[in-house]
Amino acid sequence: MNAATDLFAADLLSKKRKKRNSIIKILLFAATMITVIILCILLLNIINNAFGVIAVENEVEPDTLAVDGTPLNELENPQLLYIIDTHLSRGLVRRFNDEYPLEERSAKELLELIEERIINSHVKKSWSLIDTVFRSSSIAAYFEANPEQERRFRAWIQPGFLVRSQSSTPENAGVRTAILGSLWIILITFLFAFPIGIGTAVYLEEYAVKNRLHKIIQTNIYNLAGVPSIIYGLLGLAVFVRVLEPVTSGALFGLTDGTTANGRTILSAGLTLGLLVLPIIIINTQEALRALPDSLRHSSYGLGATRWQTVRYHLLPNSFERILTGTIMALSRAIGETAPLIVVGASTFVAIDPSSPFSKFTTLPIQIYQWSARPQGEFRNIAAAAIIVLLVLLLSMNSFAIYFRNHYAKKRNY
Amino acid sequence: MYMSEQRKGDTAIVSIKRKIRPGEVVIHAVLLSCALLSIAITLGIVIILVKESILFFGSKEVRLVDFFSTTTWQPMIQKFGILPLLNATLTTSFIAVLTAVPIGIAVAVYLSEYASGKTRNTLKPVIEVLAGIPTVVYGYFAITFMTPLLRSIFGENIVEIYNTASAGIVIGILILPLVASMSEDALNAVPRTLREAAYGLGATKMETSLKVVLPAAFSGLAAAFIVGLSRAVGETMIVALAAGAGPNFTLNPFKAAETITGYIVRISGGDVSYNTLDYNSIFALGLFLFIITLTLNMISRKVVEKYREVYD
Repeated sequence: MNAATDLFAADLLSKKRKKRNSIIKILLFAATMITVIILCILLLNIINNAFGVIAVENEVEPDTLAVDGTPLNELENPQLLYIIDTHLSRGLVRRFNDEYPLEERSAKELLELIEERIINSHVKKSWSLIDTVFRSSSIAAYFEANPEQERRFRAWIQPGFLVRSQSSTPENAGVRTAILGSLWIILITFLFAFPIGIGTAVYLEEYAVKNRLHKIIQTNIYNLAGVPSIIYGLLGLAVFVRVLEPVTSGALFGLTDGTTANGRTILSAGLTLGLLVLPIIIINTQEALRALPDSLRHSSYGLGATRWQTVRYHLLPNSFERILTGTIMALSRAIGETAPLIVVGASTFVAIDPSSPFSKFTTLPIQIYQWSARPQGEFRNIAAAAIIVLLVLLLSMNSFAIYFRNHYAKKRNY
Repeated sequence: MYMSEQRKGDTAIVSIKRKIRPGEVVIHAVLLSCALLSIAITLGIVIILVKESILFFGSKEVRLVDFFSTTTWQPMIQKFGILPLLNATLTTSFIAVLTAVPIGIAVAVYLSEYASGKTRNTLKPVIEVLAGIPTVVYGYFAITFMTPLLRSIFGENIVEIYNTASAGIVIGILILPLVASMSEDALNAVPRTLREAAYGLGATKMETSLKVVLPAAFSGLAAAFIVGLSRAVGETMIVALAAGAGPNFTLNPFKAAETITGYIVRISGGDVSYNTLDYNSIFALGLFLFIITLTLNMISRKVVEKYREVYD
């Protein structure tokens, strides 16, 4: 073998190696792009289901209710009352009169009643956005076969969806009670977990001597952070719902509102989620305290401050934004939690706004779960709409946290 | 260490002026009790799970041996064999890990070894967004996208409407960000000198990252794998929506089968009354789940601690 062939072989080898190098690079890049693609599909899939054509059928056509050529929505009160009298049963009319006398209602309220009870339109079938765009011929065929049904385009996510309360028909359902429930619960979670979380972190970082007890508590917190959320649900069910029922149902304070169900209340749910996010808040706060330079502590002690004065006037104010950011991230995890709340006993149907911590509850993720679990397509549509509401809520919380952190990070330079 | 200095400082203060400040003592006590609450939570979990499990196994309908050896879980006819539930949990978790670990490690290698700073800064937020999406949204994704996709690929006769494959793949997507970020941490912990030595010997980037850095970070990657598995085992909403509502002992991932967590959610969702076998059974299953995840988490932390010693 001479030197020339040796060099040639080395050149061949390096070509082969270079080729392999670039193939692997492409493969790794492709794997990374998969995550981007998954995120896009996930979001598009939700948007796809939140808009689309629907087929609506009216029990009574509004045109047939017109009197002497005047369309329904221009009629006067007496004519509207006549329509109600002739189309609804006597018993039903009497019930409406008992609730709120029909004679005293405005034309607008009467029209609403007519729309709800007499026209009684309901969605027969719904299509996704992609179907609406690409399968227009089969949709057209459907409407030809069912001429009594009206074709409409519906955005399932709409202002009304936010303010309406729950309903058994998807087109009338909204997430108002769910949003209020989520906010109530998150408030209780915050009030419970924030002080205790900070207290624990301050103790572990600033007070505790690094002995056995410290190590046990620290290990224990890491372990708690890894416990599946459903286990916290079981803990909440056994402790807050069952053992502490007099407290969580409000009976102890004489505050039971008529809707409470045996401790399965907002308070129980909020405390359960509080236990769930506690380890996260502790770990985040510990990291925030650890990031502070020791010179800060030393100068405070050097001036004769006590330990608490150091914590209160120097350490907490200087790590404030990091602690709060971590807490908001933890709370946004709590807002998205579903499983523990089902175990604690979320109500399947709540149409009344929660009025106190002792009310029954439902939350956004629970609504999404219950609607997704139903086979009808329309419920999947409103589940998608509710997901958009939840994601926007989470996004705004997290952007606030990031803005807050960046805003304060600029002011400090160490 | 800072703590030891601080302790020295304390004794100095005490010797100059021995004064006990009541306020400081009270605050110390309050903070200590906050810290002890976390221990109380763990004890609470253990006591409650064990107590209800004792009631469950103590009842005459349930035998411990049957619990771990029979393949029927039908509380209606007093048959309590955990195997179908456990089997479904293992199937979904296995599929999840199979999805998440290869992609997760590939993402980590790309981000830590190949990507430029700019690429990393644009891709990392995407992965963080995936990590922040609630699990119920993934459940929705499983039933409205993944299941129809699997059914159109493999045929509607083979893939049932509810199946463990769809749930497993989507759990894989759920734990992907976790596996990727833990793996990236492990890769970043490998010292630069190792890479520079490899380059110095004439290795290509691919040879350096796959044959030097990856093996060096092996224990960290193993920890990522174990934590991912633990998350997959405890995952609830995806399986509750997509895997099916009824225990079924099958190894076919295209068939419906209820997991441990799926069963707990279904039973407790239907206003279960206290002191019934149903009520006790969800706690017995919870205990089982708790032991599995705790063991996995502890193993992963031991593994991480061990590999830290090697390079620090």
